[in-house]
Amino acid sequence: MSVLDSKIPEGPLAEKWTKHKNEINLVNPANKRLIDVIIVGTGLAGGSAAATLAELGYNVKAFCFQDSPRRAHSIAAQGGINAAKNYQGDGDSTYRLFYDTVKGGDYRSREENVYRLAEVSTNIIDQCVAQGVPFAREYGGLLDNRSFGGVLVSRTFYAKGQTGQQLLLGAYAAMNRQIGRGKIKMFTRHEMLDVVVIDGKARGIIARNLVTGEIERHSAHAVVLGTGGYGNAFYLSTYAMGSNVTAAWKAHKRGAFFANPCYTQIHPTCIPVSGDHQSKLTLMSESLRNDGRIWVPKHKKDVDAIREGSLKPTEIAEEDRDYYLERRYPAFGNLVPRDVASRAAKERCDAGYGVNKTGEAVYLDFAAAIERYGKEQAYVKGLDGEDKALVDKLGKEVIEKKYGNLFQMYEKIVDQNPYETPMMIYPAVHYTMGGLWVDYNLMTTVPGLYAIGEANFSDHGANRLGASALMQGLADGYFVLPYTIGDYLAHDIRTGPIPTDTKEFDAAEANVRDNIDKLINNQGSKSVDYFHKKLGKIMWNKCGMARNEKDLKEAISEIAELREQFYKDVFVPGTENEYNEELAKAGRVADFLELGELFAKDALEREESAGGHFREEYQTEGGEALRRPEYQYVSAWEYKGKPSEAVHHKEELNYENIEVKERSYK
Amino acid sequence: MKLKIWRQKNEEDKGRMVDYDISDVSPDMSFLEMLDVLNQDLIDKGEEPVAFDHDCREGICGTCSLYINGRAHGPQRKITACQLHMRSFKDGDTIYIEPWRAKSFPVVKDLIVDRSSFDRIQQAGGFISVNTSGNTQDANAIPIEKENADNAFDAATCIGCGACVAACKNSSAMLFVGAKVSQFSLLPQGRVEATDRVLNMVKQMDEEGFGNCTNTGACEIECPKGISLEYIARMNREYLSASLKG
Repeated sequence: MSVLDSKIPEGPLAEKWTKHKNEINLVNPANKRLIDVIIVGTGLAGGSAAATLAELGYNVKAFCFQDSPRRAHSIAAQGGINAAKNYQGDGDSTYRLFYDTVKGGDYRSREENVYRLAEVSTNIIDQCVAQGVPFAREYGGLLDNRSFGGVLVSRTFYAKGQTGQQLLLGAYAAMNRQIGRGKIKMFTRHEMLDVVVIDGKARGIIARNLVTGEIERHSAHAVVLGTGGYGNAFYLSTYAMGSNVTAAWKAHKRGAFFANPCYTQIHPTCIPVSGDHQSKLTLMSESLRNDGRIWVPKHKKDVDAIREGSLKPTEIAEEDRDYYLERRYPAFGNLVPRDVASRAAKERCDAGYGVNKTGEAVYLDFAAAIERYGKEQAYVKGLDGEDKALVDKLGKEVIEKKYGNLFQMYEKIVDQNPYETPMMIYPAVHYTMGGLWVDYNLMTTVPGLYAIGEANFSDHGANRLGASALMQGLADGYFVLPYTIGDYLAHDIRTGPIPTDTKEFDAAEANVRDNIDKLINNQGSKSVDYFHKKLGKIMWNKCGMARNEKDLKEAISEIAELREQFYKDVFVPGTENEYNEELAKAGRVADFLELGELFAKDALEREESAGGHFREEYQTEGGEALRRPEYQYVSAWEYKGKPSEAVHHKEELNYENIEVKERSYK
Repeated sequence: MKLKIWRQKNEEDKGRMVDYDISDVSPDMSFLEMLDVLNQDLIDKGEEPVAFDHDCREGICGTCSLYINGRAHGPQRKITACQLHMRSFKDGDTIYIEPWRAKSFPVVKDLIVDRSSFDRIQQAGGFISVNTSGNTQDANAIPIEKENADNAFDAATCIGCGACVAACKNSSAMLFVGAKVSQFSLLPQGRVEATDRVLNMVKQMDEEGFGNCTNTGACEIECPKGISLEYIARMNREYLSASLKG
């Protein structure tokens, strides 16, 4: 019997959530006023949870490291948000969204959580529209949809290429309403550095004020982490510079199990790396694959000529191009899921067909779409569809309306006009499906400590489908946690305020101060970034798009060694009693150096390929991921002092409502 | 290249421009990556790095806030400092880098300012009072004219960076507030509270010490998202009719 109890309610799949909501404890409105909840992180998950819990009447304290809750990295999500509305009448349903998500996750997610996600997805759209989120609309005034990878319906709602921004500003507005009412107390430029556990329950946090350096104690009846993913362990990623694993990792060290750390999403369409100075990678939305066609030249001689600069991609004839996704996956073509598209790009580049100087880029081409839309517009307007210049102009106008801001972003970074020449793209680290293990109620293995959004592991299995991160963040924050947390807090109506002058708070604060002193007083010779970049190289080369036993074993020992070096030789300028970004960064990198090792250990343990986790030893003859039935479980790691000593627990995954089969997009 | 950078230890410190030389700058670097190189040099020399705000580095979070050669977010239009690349400068150039200058944006350290006044304006009314119960009506129950929906979206693309305030000789926040007021006033679900919203947000804006608008238009020019002055006009109209209603 596993120590992990996922607390899945009984009954048929489609009735579980309703039944659960009917049976769990509620807290009456007068008692909610006696209960405090801490929420760390103010992205889509944390922000929406803070707003909703405050509306319900709880006293919320919300924390973010940014200068305003509006700046959380959810804001950068471009393409859209899925919901099973079936507005297009193309056969969508709750079941189909559930099915697509479980299959897209390569049968490594928990069936019941995913079904609930699909079930509440439609509420999200209704809610956001009521809040004034300006989704794209058609001329008739109704909401527009588009299609995303790995599915055969159009269920993605969007606001140009800025859907995350609009949804986050919706949640931010809902928070502002509650801040104005005094129901949310907002702590900006604060970083959580420890969880305080009293009698086995999470009862508060230790936070550092990033402006003054002050160490603060905050107590509550429950603590919620909506602190995002850990992709910055790779140094280069599409995450924000400040995104980090610290809150989740500190929770892990206090007893929260960390699940499936090796499941990382490497997004196929990002702007390639241009040099060593690079600090981050920029995503080009998956929505571009609705209209863009991905290709590399068929012949090596063309590749060489392109790299030398003597040949332009537009000069290569149609028959000399290899549209490799359309070739390998005729049913889904350019809209295969992200893991499949990324591996296919790597395969072509490894074979020597990469189209930039580093050999790590493929083309994303809009010429065919421009022509198609141009002809359509010419026909609609009764103009000459054979006039090439006119068709080109009309087609570009359509593309600009759809993707204008993305094309502009590309041009600013690369200094090439994507309307005239194909974009160059390459995969980059984008999202982490792994995270803190949570039960059906989104509670971690520490009672009273919850994890929501990207910070938990629950819904995406080994690979997340496009436009599903926004869906999950808002589902957790608006519609799931507010119910499930009540079940737990119902036992706390007589507890009264949690004092902060206890030995547990003393110990946690002393621990935080020790860590800071160690870093500040180290007087080493190398900067924090030096170590972060080194870690990133190990992660990318040995725990990246393709992994094998030898590399992973090396990664484990190299990361442990690097961590030792870090503590010996890191230099943090300035003092702890002031704004000190290097100090904040040092603390975050220290945690990445531990997480990285657990990541590699998890990848080594999982002797199969599934979704974003591709082990070279386990692939089909056609080079596809080879899942193994004996690995149909969630790995949850328990902290025991060092990553190398982490104890492995398994949660078996059962699929009663969906047939587990080979995941084919052909 | 030569850099002249504003250094200020904290809010109380007087602050001064300090000169730095920098080499090893590649044209493909972003402006912030150039500052990373400078900071790496400073750290290697045991000196304190220059503090500046930044996060997403893709022009959407609104965190970066640099006044470069006398322009908010630098010489290019419709981008943030993190999207500015060094190919916009020449070898040997001298670049002046300062924080946003406005009474309502006090300096925290070096190039970092405190923009919490923006948050407080939003808290005064930048929302629609609807609870997240999940029991709202179907999203397609009220069709919204595409033009209004698109217009509301354009207003809603504001990233809250504060360039409009920094660029304005009056340190006015009218473009920022106008964008939010307009977004909601263009949508049927936002009309319900339109009167209170505009009155409360303008009141808070005045209390925070932002100046008034004298139609210079610098804000629109410097806005990285190209938010139009029309939204200030729309806010003025909303404000006038709200004031008449009392």
